[in-house]
Amino acid sequence: MKADPKGVLTGAHFLDGDHACCEGALSAGCRFVAGYPITPSTEVVERIAARFPSVGGMFIQMEDEIASSIAIQGAVWGGAKAMTVTSGPGLSLMMEHVGLAAMLETPCVFVDVQRSGPSTGLPTMPAQGDMMQARWGSHGDYEIIALCPNSPQECYDLTIAAFNLAEEYRVPVMLMMDECVGHMTEKVIIPKAEDIEVTPRRYTTQKPGKYLPYQAGRSEIPLMVKAGDGYLFHVTGLTHDERGYPAMNAEAHDRCVRRLVEKIRNNARRIIRLEETDTADAEVVVVSYGITSRVAGKAIQMARADGLKVGHLRLITAWPFPEKRLRTLASHVKAFVLPELNFGQMFLELQRVIEGKSSCYPVPHAGGTVHEPEAIYQRILYAARHSRLKDKKEVAR
Amino acid sequence: MSRVNPVNQYLRMDRMPHIWCSGCGLGTTVNCFIRAIENCGYPREQISIVSGIGCTGRVAGYLKLDSFHTTHGRPIPFATGLKLANPKLKVVVISGDGDLFAIGGNHFIHAARRNMDLTVVCVNNFTYGMTGGQLTPTTPIDAISSTSPYGNFEEPFNLPFLAESAGAVYVARWTTYHVKQAARSIREAIQKNGLSFVEIISPCPTLYGRRNKLGDGLAMMKAFKENSAIVNGADTREVGLDFKGKIVCGKFIDREKPSFLDMYHTTMAERFGPFYEPYEGVQ
Repeated sequence: MKADPKGVLTGAHFLDGDHACCEGALSAGCRFVAGYPITPSTEVVERIAARFPSVGGMFIQMEDEIASSIAIQGAVWGGAKAMTVTSGPGLSLMMEHVGLAAMLETPCVFVDVQRSGPSTGLPTMPAQGDMMQARWGSHGDYEIIALCPNSPQECYDLTIAAFNLAEEYRVPVMLMMDECVGHMTEKVIIPKAEDIEVTPRRYTTQKPGKYLPYQAGRSEIPLMVKAGDGYLFHVTGLTHDERGYPAMNAEAHDRCVRRLVEKIRNNARRIIRLEETDTADAEVVVVSYGITSRVAGKAIQMARADGLKVGHLRLITAWPFPEKRLRTLASHVKAFVLPELNFGQMFLELQRVIEGKSSCYPVPHAGGTVHEPEAIYQRILYAARHSRLKDKKEVAR
Repeated sequence: MSRVNPVNQYLRMDRMPHIWCSGCGLGTTVNCFIRAIENCGYPREQISIVSGIGCTGRVAGYLKLDSFHTTHGRPIPFATGLKLANPKLKVVVISGDGDLFAIGGNHFIHAARRNMDLTVVCVNNFTYGMTGGQLTPTTPIDAISSTSPYGNFEEPFNLPFLAESAGAVYVARWTTYHVKQAARSIREAIQKNGLSFVEIISPCPTLYGRRNKLGDGLAMMKAFKENSAIVNGADTREVGLDFKGKIVCGKFIDREKPSFLDMYHTTMAERFGPFYEPYEGVQ
């Protein structure tokens, strides 16, 4: 389906990432936003509040993030495409409702413009410390999708992608921005509405009485209904059966949760987006995401100038993690270097995936600012000097 | 020929038997609610029900309506999103005193302040039933609960006064003894434009009643009958509840105020003029 032209500001703009995210939501067909002010995400909802009344959208500033994160879910079950916007402390408060969205399979978008934590931390300064919280911050077991833009243009593009993925897989999608990307102003191209692909909500065509809210079929993703259409349906955050009714036993729980996990894991190949530069013959590959990928780019240039064979793999999708691709690369790559604005969150995942087949080096940073390119460059040099291509047989043994 | 109870068509009979204890007031409340929606003038497809967590939280799961069993304390913000996405819906929140006024208290006062067009029915049994009978913000002074074993010494909320102060346009209180009046009040509340609030005082013989030696469900109902007084239009400051004290019932507040959406339309039409696209939901 093509985008509704009403919300689309076609043209070249000079926008910061927060404003670009707002425009992405409008292009994606989002017409309900609930939010609570928090630096550095506030500009997203400020622009939404200004833009929505003229395009038939509804913005409400709720009393807190907890309310915002469930108001959007009420709106989705009322037929809207909806999102909420926050930063780390707010995301912590929203966690119970990330779980609710996962359990009810409510398609919705959570935007997190990351700042330095823990706690109040450095509200106006960048970090990437919410990556693990985004993945499994709510209690229980589930999978989500998380995207990491590294420019205002990508804030626009990936907000649309986030809505499309949410509809496709009926899952909460986390857009993991950071303070730098949110407040950086660059050129943003907004295409014509007819050139923007938008995934519509997938409603059932079955008649009331026949329809079962959680009958998934082979696609693993059940079709939706909305309130007011006569289906008289029930949904619950309790473990439920195909009827949506509570089912309080281990077998039903296995069926319910297994599908929530597998619908993402089994479709990881289709979901994952990444960007690779010069990885084919690389001895060292830098894995990065978000704002850090831009600093890493500079460090890689410096290393290449020294004649080192360095490649770059940028995670556009952080979750699900590109396990297969990284394992393949590990067959010819001596070492991976992963800089991030935390003390090793995605790095843990990288290490797990590589299983010792190559060396893995973190470039940790507490946040508050971005890395110096020199720090990443030095790590690349160290990795190139100290790693050797491991004997794969030895590893296998 | 067997006769079918007319309320059955509004219940998910495939989910019976329900989980509520004998003597609990929730069955009575659900009956009152069904009588209310039968007569409220809206087709059932247009009515959505949202509950939180707890014994009362299970109401949504037994009603054959579009029904949402959400998270603890948060049915009101869920209902807010649902209502705003489709303003044609009549959205009713039914939940308990702990859910709505402890963990969810902030959401209630803000929904009332905004005059969001929702109906909130609070089944007040003075305790957390599902978790075994703990202290709630409505437990009367001196009442025993599992977390106030020496008697409660915290001042409880006077819910009608709280609702009125926060801005609700309709405020009523009944006990589960007053079935006709409760059904009528819930109907009026659904028909009201704005945040309407009905408190239903309900017996929990299993926990609150047993710990406080108030007898079984029938004895608690008798006490409601004997200790209650109907004072329509009573000053809500005067209707706070004491342990074993008088229960003042009635319709206390029924006033007109523009709702959130009324104010939204007015403000945006004024600011945007012909550029305002009247908001009718996101359908």
